[in-house]
Amino acid sequence: MEPQDIEKHPVVSKLRQLDAQTVAEVLEFRGEITVVVPREKLLRACEYLATEPTLRFSLLSDITPVDKFPLEPRFEVNYHLVSIDRRDRIRLKVRISGNDANLPSVTPVWPTANWHEREAFDLFGIRFEGHPDLKRILMPDDWEGHPLRKDYPTEGYR
Amino acid sequence: MSTTIETPTGTAQTKVLNMGPQHPSTHGVLRVILELDGETVVKAESVIGYLHTGIEKSLESKTYSQGVTLTDRVDYLAPLSNNLAYCLAVEKILGIEVPKRAQYIRVLLAELTRCASHLVWLGTHAIDLGAMTVFLYSFREREEILKIFEYVSGQRMMTSYFRPGGLALEPPPDWLERVKRVVDNLPAHIDEYETLLTKNKIWLGRTVGVGILSATDAIAMGCTGPLLRASGVAYDVRKAFPYSSYDEFDFTVQAQTAGDCYARYQVRVAEIRESIKIVKQAMEKVPAEGPFRAEVPGIIAPSREEMKASIEGLIYHFKIFTEGFAPPVGEVYQAIESPRGELGYFVKSDGSAKPYRVKMRTPSFVNLQILPTLAVGRLISDVVACIGTTDIVLGEVDR
Repeated sequence: MEPQDIEKHPVVSKLRQLDAQTVAEVLEFRGEITVVVPREKLLRACEYLATEPTLRFSLLSDITPVDKFPLEPRFEVNYHLVSIDRRDRIRLKVRISGNDANLPSVTPVWPTANWHEREAFDLFGIRFEGHPDLKRILMPDDWEGHPLRKDYPTEGYR
Repeated sequence: MSTTIETPTGTAQTKVLNMGPQHPSTHGVLRVILELDGETVVKAESVIGYLHTGIEKSLESKTYSQGVTLTDRVDYLAPLSNNLAYCLAVEKILGIEVPKRAQYIRVLLAELTRCASHLVWLGTHAIDLGAMTVFLYSFREREEILKIFEYVSGQRMMTSYFRPGGLALEPPPDWLERVKRVVDNLPAHIDEYETLLTKNKIWLGRTVGVGILSATDAIAMGCTGPLLRASGVAYDVRKAFPYSSYDEFDFTVQAQTAGDCYARYQVRVAEIRESIKIVKQAMEKVPAEGPFRAEVPGIIAPSREEMKASIEGLIYHFKIFTEGFAPPVGEVYQAIESPRGELGYFVKSDGSAKPYRVKMRTPSFVNLQILPTLAVGRLISDVVACIGTTDIVLGEVDR
């Protein structure tokens, strides 16, 4: 895909119209479009993508955090959105620092984010502001550490 | 946890009942905390994680080819679907195209997997609701399908048959005859199950109008697969985002509108019949001979013959199986339609021989969130029907 085609992508151009600051960067790899969104703009962008009649990203498929330790910004959180009737997919990406690993919760937009965010909190230690019940989900409640972080060894630690 | 509630005769206390983690109708180790007013569910909360084995973490310390064996263990009722999603994701990062023959064989086996998984679902769900006979029959037919998997890959369940670039080995020469025998017999068996259930008064009483899920709620809660289609949304990844040549197959997406347990039963039974159609088409498409693996020197293992005959073949074989292969830097998300819904693999490569991160978007994990919506306001016995028709595999929920 050529750079000018990426800019013409309906999601990218619509998000730019919404607010010039919403799109920090657009990445393309193997035909998949990733829109990098600053943390402050995330919730607004999600509301817009879910409700805008010409986009209708009604299904939040997945939330995938990635730990880039020891690099900063340490965490990348990917939101995979699906528009069921437009047959379209898009990935939103937010980069956050390891010292201040928190994000606004998208549960008001897509209630399904509840467990995805709990999983991100459990395994990566990322906090989500406004989440109705942020607690561990896969690990036991008294577990120490966040296992999917890169500084958490695959074996040992306890 | 107990709360005070209003009843016609004054106030009363709710009772908290702990269902699971060891309970025959939770299909694994699922714990549901039920708050009850008499026998009616007031609140339900699922507690998961009992089968968490850190597969995503383990994948980070395995080479791309070694990772395939771990994906089998995610969903033990549909190992080939998981193999497929993982391999497609790795192939997408590598940017390689798999030979058509391998694609058709993948489709054929993935659809047989759907039949086998739905048969287990049907049997276990029926036994939950007291219909023992169906269980015995459906496991008999499922075993016939597993025998095909064993014949082709050497394993009944942990197949690891799809590998990045194609298939693990050439299927045996007469395997399609065995497939034909199974798919020719299966429709009559499905008719047989339907005579036991579809118009059975007890079955209707236990499923019709139970656990109703609206299309809006289903989408908001991220439900996919038969759960979503039974609520009237005909979203199927095979049609919406075709992969592995699914666009060349003629099939219809099965949907119902009622959104209750009975509709989900109807959708799954119809899907078995639809899968048989796809298998039959695939049997005609699969060429008898041809490559079953992409030819990408240094990335995809060379054939056995080439490995023995040429020095490059031997070197590549040795290097691929000791060091692995290193895809370019990048990240992809590949979704497929597993028997339970949208199964997605997010794979991020940092240019080394091991994936930097693998995330599995497993349909069971997401679909299980809907349980309180289905169960609240119903009786405890309906909770069993609701868990059953959600069709969760706890291995996939907890990973």
